Amino acid sequence: MDISQYKIENEPFYDAQSNEVELYEAAYQARLPIMVKGPTGCGKSRFIEHMAWKLGKPIITVSCNEDISASDLVGRYLLDANGTRWVDGPLTLAARYGAICYLDEIVEARQDTMVVIHALTDHRRELSLDKKGELIKAHPDFQLVISYNPGYQTMMKDLKQSTKQRFCGLDFDYAEPAVEADILQKEANIDREIANKLVKIGETARNLKGHGLDEGISTRLMVYAATLINQGITPVEACKMAMVRPITDDADIRETLDNAIEMIFG
Amino acid sequence: MNEALLAKYEGKFTCKFPQAIEFYPELLSHADTYLSDEEMDTYLNGANFLCSIGQGVDPVLAYMEVMPEISAHFGAGTNKLISDYAYQIARSPNKKALLPLLSTLSTVCRRIDTLEDLQTYLNLINECVELTQTVIHGHHSIHESPGLIPLLMNMPQLISRLSLDGIRNFMVYGAKNYASSPKEQVAYFALESHDSKAIIQRERVGTTFKKVERHLDMLKTSVWNCDLPFSVFSTDFDQIREPEPYLDDQLLAVPDVYENQNGISGINRYRAMLAHLMGHKRWSGKLMADNYAPHMQLIVSIFEDARIDTLLMREYPGLKKLFLALHPYPEKGRCPEEGISCLRYRATRLSRALIDPDFDPEDPLMDTLRTEFNDILKNEQEGSTTDMSDLGTKYYVRSRQKTDSLPDIYFDDTEVSYRDDNRCIWHHYEEYDEADEIIPNEYESDEKVVDTADSLPPRYYDEWDYISETYRPDWATVYERLHPSGDASVVDRLMDKHGALAKRLKKMIEMLKPQNKKRIRFQEEGEELDLDVALRSIIDFKSGQIPDPRINYSHTTDSRNIAVMLLVDTSESLNQRNPETGQTLLELSQEALAITAWTVEQLGDKFAIAGFSSDTRHEVRYQHIKGYSEKYGDTVKARIGAMKASYSTRMGAAMRHAAHYLEGQEAEKKIMLILTDGEPADIDTKDPQMLIRDTHKAVEELQSKGIYSYCITLDPNADEYVEDIFGSQYTVIDHVEKLPEQLPQVFMKLTH
Repeated sequence: MDISQYKIENEPFYDAQSNEVELYEAAYQARLPIMVKGPTGCGKSRFIEHMAWKLGKPIITVSCNEDISASDLVGRYLLDANGTRWVDGPLTLAARYGAICYLDEIVEARQDTMVVIHALTDHRRELSLDKKGELIKAHPDFQLVISYNPGYQTMMKDLKQSTKQRFCGLDFDYAEPAVEADILQKEANIDREIANKLVKIGETARNLKGHGLDEGISTRLMVYAATLINQGITPVEACKMAMVRPITDDADIRETLDNAIEMIFG
Repeated sequence: MNEALLAKYEGKFTCKFPQAIEFYPELLSHADTYLSDEEMDTYLNGANFLCSIGQGVDPVLAYMEVMPEISAHFGAGTNKLISDYAYQIARSPNKKALLPLLSTLSTVCRRIDTLEDLQTYLNLINECVELTQTVIHGHHSIHESPGLIPLLMNMPQLISRLSLDGIRNFMVYGAKNYASSPKEQVAYFALESHDSKAIIQRERVGTTFKKVERHLDMLKTSVWNCDLPFSVFSTDFDQIREPEPYLDDQLLAVPDVYENQNGISGINRYRAMLAHLMGHKRWSGKLMADNYAPHMQLIVSIFEDARIDTLLMREYPGLKKLFLALHPYPEKGRCPEEGISCLRYRATRLSRALIDPDFDPEDPLMDTLRTEFNDILKNEQEGSTTDMSDLGTKYYVRSRQKTDSLPDIYFDDTEVSYRDDNRCIWHHYEEYDEADEIIPNEYESDEKVVDTADSLPPRYYDEWDYISETYRPDWATVYERLHPSGDASVVDRLMDKHGALAKRLKKMIEMLKPQNKKRIRFQEEGEELDLDVALRSIIDFKSGQIPDPRINYSHTTDSRNIAVMLLVDTSESLNQRNPETGQTLLELSQEALAITAWTVEQLGDKFAIAGFSSDTRHEVRYQHIKGYSEKYGDTVKARIGAMKASYSTRMGAAMRHAAHYLEGQEAEKKIMLILTDGEPADIDTKDPQMLIRDTHKAVEELQSKGIYSYCITLDPNADEYVEDIFGSQYTVIDHVEKLPEQLPQVFMKLTH
């Protein structure tokens, strides 16, 4: 098994918002499990990738969804010509070969599924594969990172206390306007003036949070808009396409944001 | 010339009224400038005819005065059309309406473009006559229509606001609703009643605030980050000058409707107005009004408004085309300068020059000040209100003219419609001295005084009128309050009493509770290997056949996703006591509520409770007992314990109000349960069918919004009407004492 294929070669761009890089490094030194919280598209996954690159460790990402099961994480027997064959799941891979295992949007998975990670995240640092009858002691480089979006949290979708209390937490939010404009400028390579305007539209939408919008416009969508502008699309069209249409089906909200875009870009 | 003209039509005018003879020469020469010879004949014949119908000289003069222009406007045939129509009216019992018809005709015709439309207008009047005149059977007599004259008198106002279709709707509504009450009919057509205003509002051309309210609200929150509420004033008929929007510390006053202007749609006019108000909020300082003469205030305001607009356009370039299109463009030399004050006109030109770099004021002083103004704002600077006051004073002092104080003011094209009255920048000494004085909103009028303490702002709902088959706009006013709290232990005691029932329900709940896992077999990708299928596949594989790859199975959760609204009637009739058990219906409802709330809580469904009663359409009380996000705990129990019954049952309005909360819930199924003891009724509605039909309409509306309504009634005679309202979606509880047992069961049956 070649774990190096999970290594990140080039530096993923990341602009630190405060001292999160140092905090993460400290936690990694002790191999403490980490949870990152924050609204969608504010840079959680990018941050983890950046840290994996910085630490020079491979990273295995699992995007969680409702149908994900314990065997999807741990591994399962598959059929082959001679009968059955065991295949490691992503979590087992990471624990066995020493990678950072990143469970993205963990609340999307059902609560009982996540119980499998418990033994890996406390002093035991081990994973038992019942079906295979094997007990894996985690590699010294192994670390578990989870992310979730508190905005989506409902009664049904929440982590069990017993799961939550195994992690250190880092809070993320959309960057300050100036930083966000910086990010857009560097990430999408557009000029400052347009970046500022995009950030302003983003702020406009974030003011509507709770008034019909569940989430504001994410930095990611702003980057999309900037990319479209680079492709030669007019800014107004690009913003409508990348920043408004995806986030709402409500005609009034759409009209409000469209109007804000037209006012800002003229 | 005049002599020749008189000679030409010698003998053609046979009217003998002295006043008619006196004005005849003048009217004749006036008519001659508009009409052809042939038309003149019809014109004079028409006048002669009106002389002979016994309505005095006034209709004749009115006809002779207005017809030439009208006929020139529409072309040949107009004279004949009108004089024939006048003949028809004069022969009918409504002959008194002839004068108002003729005297308002010229104003009306300014808004009508073609002869066909004129015919439509006359048909509309005919229709009104047909609908409103009363025929008394057996007497062979027809009584005149009471509403026709006020309608015609107000026609100029109506036509300035509504299209012909709108006027027709307005007329038909009044005629049908007030057919048998002449006094109210007159008040309606005289535009004095509340309803007539509401209908006009509905029929108005242009964009009503109501239609775009949500959008503007969001715009205000998102772009301008402002949480002041809107207050709507009406641009009504009885005000000579239209009120302007304004901003103060508490609210944003905005007009109820905007028509298109200069190619800018109503909604964009609202946006421009909002932007300007918000600009003031962000950048404007205060000036002491007493330090400035009124004329100076005007000029300073112009500079300040221009500064605000400039800053807005800098930050939101999209506003530029709105502002420039809406701002008047007064051309040079329009104001005659003699005998009339040109101050406003100059100010508007100055204002245009300040915000529009392409506008050439052709005035050196304005040019100089424009440069100074631009200097203050250059390099992204914002300037201040004081800077603008300096510029304003400078301009005013240098440009002052004697004529400025003349009482006649040149007003044409000087109004900047998106700007407010600038009360936000002027500080007045007097007001400041009396800090405690509360200045009432001058545009607000209230028909009924309702104690609005601790209630949400009222919401208005339309009500269905089955007679005219239209909605009565904004008919019912709903006040929502938090239900007062009492003693929570009352409810606990009630629950104890029903201990056995609770146990039985609990069993049912266990059965209803969503089965956590359901197995789905034959999956190509799944959670677990399905051994039976896998073995079969291996055998197939080994024996050289194509194996079935679907050898896994997975689980899904089978969940309930239901939102429920329980709406409880708390009208006076619930105070009836059951002679056998000594319990009132209200007490039974409380028990039933407590048990149902407990049951639903166990099931984990989204659940809200509200009580309603009404005291006429002006006060429908909606009392919040449990919200969706509230837990069923002591606060809710305390509210249930404090329930009181009073007033009447205006069910439709309460249902519409409850529906707007239910609509906001995300659920696959939405159910509204209505617990009541009688038919919908209210003291201000005499026709018993009216509210029944309205409630039926409300049920249909809810249906179209995906809300299933279900009625549980305690009225043993409900069979007579409940089906008309709810179709088959109802249960009649014959033994009311069984209600606490049956309500939760009905609920579980519905949601099973």
